[in-house]
Amino acid sequence: MEYRYDIVIIGGGPAGLAAALSARETAPEAKILMLERDKKLGGILQQCIHNGFGLHYFGQELTGPEYAQRFIDQLEAAKIEVWTDTMVLDFSSEKVVDCVCAARGYVQVQAGAIVLAMGCRERTRGALSIPGTRPAGIYTAGCAQRLNNIEGYLPGKKVVILGSGDIGLIMARRMTWEGAQVKLVAEIMPYSSGLNRNIVQCLVDNDIPLKFNHTVTAVHGQERVTGVTVSEVDPATRRPIAGTEEFYECDTLLLSVGLIPENELTRGAGVEMDRITNGAVVDQFRQTSMEGVFACGNVLHVHDLVDNVSNESAIAGAAAARYAMGQKAAGQVYAVKAENGVRYALPQRIVAGDAGKLDVYFRVDAAYRNPSVQVLCGDKVLYSRKKQIMTPGEMEKMTLDQGLITGDITVRLDK
Amino acid sequence: MELTCIVCPMGCRITVEKVDGRLHVSGNTCKRGEKYALQESVCPMRTLTTLVRVRGGEGPLCPVKTREAIPKAMLEEALGVVKGVCVDAPVKIGDVVVKNIAGTGVDLVATANRERR
Amino acid sequence: MREYDVAVIGAGVTGSAIARQLSRWKMKVALIDGAEDVAMGASRANSAIVHAGYDCPPGSLEAELNVKGNALYTRWCAELDVPLQRTGTLVAAFDEEEAENVRALYERGLKNGVPEMKILSGEEARALEPMLAENCVCALLAGTGGITCPYEMTIACAENARKNGVDWLLGRKVSAIRGTEAGFVVTAGYEDIIARRVVNAAGLFSDDVARMIGDDSFTVRPRKGEYLLMDRSAKAPKYVIFQTPSRLGKGILVSPTVDGNSFVGPTAVDQTDKTDTSVSQEGIDQLRRMAKKSAPEMDFRNVITSFAGLRAQPSTGDFIIRPSEADGRMIHAAGICSPGLTSAPAVAELVEKLLMESGLTLTEDPAYDPHRSHIRRFRDMTREQKEAAIAENPLYARVICRCETITEAEIVEAVSRGARTLDGVKRRTRAGMGRCQGGFCSPRVMEIISRETGIPMEKLTKFGAGSYLVAEKTRSGEV
Repeated sequence: MEYRYDIVIIGGGPAGLAAALSARETAPEAKILMLERDKKLGGILQQCIHNGFGLHYFGQELTGPEYAQRFIDQLEAAKIEVWTDTMVLDFSSEKVVDCVCAARGYVQVQAGAIVLAMGCRERTRGALSIPGTRPAGIYTAGCAQRLNNIEGYLPGKKVVILGSGDIGLIMARRMTWEGAQVKLVAEIMPYSSGLNRNIVQCLVDNDIPLKFNHTVTAVHGQERVTGVTVSEVDPATRRPIAGTEEFYECDTLLLSVGLIPENELTRGAGVEMDRITNGAVVDQFRQTSMEGVFACGNVLHVHDLVDNVSNESAIAGAAAARYAMGQKAAGQVYAVKAENGVRYALPQRIVAGDAGKLDVYFRVDAAYRNPSVQVLCGDKVLYSRKKQIMTPGEMEKMTLDQGLITGDITVRLDK
Repeated sequence: MELTCIVCPMGCRITVEKVDGRLHVSGNTCKRGEKYALQESVCPMRTLTTLVRVRGGEGPLCPVKTREAIPKAMLEEALGVVKGVCVDAPVKIGDVVVKNIAGTGVDLVATANRERR
Repeated sequence: MREYDVAVIGAGVTGSAIARQLSRWKMKVALIDGAEDVAMGASRANSAIVHAGYDCPPGSLEAELNVKGNALYTRWCAELDVPLQRTGTLVAAFDEEEAENVRALYERGLKNGVPEMKILSGEEARALEPMLAENCVCALLAGTGGITCPYEMTIACAENARKNGVDWLLGRKVSAIRGTEAGFVVTAGYEDIIARRVVNAAGLFSDDVARMIGDDSFTVRPRKGEYLLMDRSAKAPKYVIFQTPSRLGKGILVSPTVDGNSFVGPTAVDQTDKTDTSVSQEGIDQLRRMAKKSAPEMDFRNVITSFAGLRAQPSTGDFIIRPSEADGRMIHAAGICSPGLTSAPAVAELVEKLLMESGLTLTEDPAYDPHRSHIRRFRDMTREQKEAAIAENPLYARVICRCETITEAEIVEAVSRGARTLDGVKRRTRAGMGRCQGGFCSPRVMEIISRETGIPMEKLTKFGAGSYLVAEKTRSGEV
């Protein structure tokens, strides 16, 4: 094979960038290749021109492009080869990566280790099956963000936003600042999955109403959106309550209703998937069920902070480098289970052997006040901590002492 | 005044009142919340992040921000200034695009590199 | 004024098939539609089934043209490079009353001359189609039934017609038709044209077109059909599975698509508005409920979109294909409801015959080429073909739609073949049809259309006038 690399990283967004740098640090001599389908590195960060990135990772508030550029600058210095404009078509368990790229044509690359860092995509209207017509003017928040921030076009002038995810909140402010009128943000849940800070600075600052337990129940307009019907939902069933319908005149409906890891390549290769996270099942090194294939960032599970993506990707990059250099983790494998209020915990597996600290990330399945987080290993309580508030929108982290893990562990809430 | 604290995910509902000529903060659960609430009640500050047009660059736009937060009340005026600005590529992160925007004393700087096309 | 021998009004599958059939003769033909692209009415949103023909009342024009059309599909699809999969169709019965209906359909099929039919026991049916519900008692298998792509068929016919000299007059709503000695003066948008014959293939609006020459012999009512489309990753049936008509209604079908997706639908809602293709919550709920009856394993978490189409139900209860009683120089191809897609090639042949009988003398055009090929799909190429394609055109290496692996080369080709809208590109290439429904590629496709056509972004539309995509440029400063 013409192209051979020790480590191939698929995706040049925040996850791929951090993984590449960490791989370089771990293996100074390794041949590292990054494959990116866009013309530029940085992924979605390039269109996230608002600030709030990097507080944890850099101790400083940066905008998305600034956060990305810090990594990109280091990448150049770290002698990591980058192929932009390159789309990976598939990869095999033998770690052969097939890709197409304008500069090289159809290329097969033999990798020693692969890091999956393809990110995620947005949920669409179809996934929600919103009734009504199918006119122009319905955009996912990220699509509208690209039109506005990269292409320089305002998608519409009167806007209703469904879903109070962070991208939706950010776009509410962006479009207001660009001269549009944002009439409402409707959230089907009784709470927002967005950050408080975004609710205050994007909505409250601009007098944009946020209605919980509300959803869009019809789209109107033949050619372009002319309005939407918004209804209150029963908090127990999430079904619209008849008689609560309200019409909002608008030309645009933005959707900020969740993200889904982009795992078509992963599934195609036959990697074991987690039905809850929609990402691969991994161990603490972020190694998937396929030896030498690692995953990190939003392709593994959807994060709320890019800082967490960078941290997780550094783990995967370093582990991939060790694997490529012949150091394979081996040992008894224990399962990490989530129950009683915990929606998922990651990693889903732990390879025994290490003595050090182990970070476990998890999300709860509803909003809880004063719950207690517990980690059990058989009869032993490995971890227990009281929290004031926990919501599904906030990814939680806890640190375990790995030496204490002697069997399968369970992460649960004592509600 | 009533406000939601943004310092942490708790989102405390904080009340700021004038008692005997002094500002009194209640509803907060930590010191950082008090500081935030006081600032918000006196002069809320925001960082403006937006875009300016680029001439001869790889794309039509370059993202920019105010180097520091500016008074919230000044955002609208600053946005008005930004709409008419056009810079020439190349642009580097940190380049000053508008000095002392809208008289705030804060510079508007580029937040991305834009090579010449 | 431009002069034509025949003006075909309506660029759906019927009109486009007729235009293609007529393009083998030496004459001037215009294919006219009010929409800015072909296949913008019923032909863009229907069940995509090539029906065997057991369903139509014996002796009807529908029955005759369905069976004929079904047979013609093999050649038409081969010539036009349109996907056709003769998957076989199953009509499944789940109780004794339904089994009676299945046997009646079989008898009807025999009368209509449908070949390759067989009644299967429940076990036999489930052995063929494992997604079929366990309580299936028997099923009618029709071997000639299958699936195609309705808008692809329409686009292919229209492209082939154009290649053979037919003019496309799109975005030209016909507002008036005046009979003259030489034929008709047809007001199509901003232009009057002269046509010696008019073919009325205006679908839902064919009664309006007839009335323009004082013919009110029929009316056409819209019947809405709603659908739910699943992602390719969802488990799909191998056969088209129909339910039998029963006391509870006509039943819905569960079917694979030629692109590897699956869908359930349609509902059947009679309405008066000829433009309302909205989907209702009741419709969605009904589809989910009814699909469970024949295929309980359908997983509705995999729905990627819902849509609705309008069938043109004729007041006469049968296809209306005949010269107008008001002026025999207008030939109706009207009230083409289901099985209109299947019948289209046979309708085209019949209309051709009627035009000859109306006094048009036709001479064969030796330059006629019945072949048309689809835009080469990068995704379906072998590795060697991909390498060769990229070497020839580097734009094949630029994947624009990630979900469907559609390259810039394909999108540029679609634009060069006449796509001017986001939906036009989507239907010709599948860019934006995948699980992200264009969330990622729409801005990129817009950029390419704008670059290739010179239409500014602010003027681009999703599917024609009024469906603008962006409101304005955010920064006016000149570059």
